[in-house]
Amino acid sequence: MKAVYFAWVRERVGKADEEISPPANVRDVAGLIAWLSARGEEYAHAFENPRVIRVAIDRAHVKHEAAISGAREIAFFPPMTGG
Amino acid sequence: MTTRVRVGEEDFDCAAEVAAISKGRRDLGAIVTFTGLCRDEGGRLAALELEHYPGMAEEEIARVVAQARERWPLEAVTVIHRSGKIAPGAQIVLVVTASSHRAAAFAGADFLMDYLKTSAPFWKKEHPINGPATAWVAAKDDDDRAMERWRK
Repeated sequence: MKAVYFAWVRERVGKADEEISPPANVRDVAGLIAWLSARGEEYAHAFENPRVIRVAIDRAHVKHEAAISGAREIAFFPPMTGG
Repeated sequence: MTTRVRVGEEDFDCAAEVAAISKGRRDLGAIVTFTGLCRDEGGRLAALELEHYPGMAEEEIARVVAQARERWPLEAVTVIHRSGKIAPGAQIVLVVTASSHRAAAFAGADFLMDYLKTSAPFWKKEHPINGPATAWVAAKDDDDRAMERWRK
């Protein structure tokens, strides 16, 4: 699946998007965030406070309990500040 | 019923958007417009930079418009949200709602702005006049509270 990052999450991770292949035991968004956090310092920094991270699966908002199976694109970003 | 959603760097013309909605119509009783501008924050700001999630931004705005339409009899809705670097005084966002009566047009526009601020995937970064240090704008609790008031 493709992971995409926006705003300060993108800046901290150091890339806008990447292909990721989490292991089968990573089933939901919360688990995926924990798995990403363990990938290196930049990820640990980006996801240091998981509660503030907003997530979209295939361009629709989801909660951290949402299952990730079948997702093509998962986006991680801070609370939105448009308008 | 018409809906127009546009996201991009291009500026917009509020009068032209209103004319596009009202042209040839004899049934509309009210058109409400909201234009959001870039503040200079007391002279501190050189520019705002708006990042967005291409694709999702348009889709999420369309979802919010659909919710507004379920709640109020809106005959037409236009939402334009700009991205990229925006100078103080320049326009950022436009919401236009049209209805037979003003109450629906006002409420629809108010609802759309509250939802856009908290659910449309846009992020503002401030470029200050003094120095190169940029800072992401933090989400406001006030905006979440403003959205809460629409929950039934």
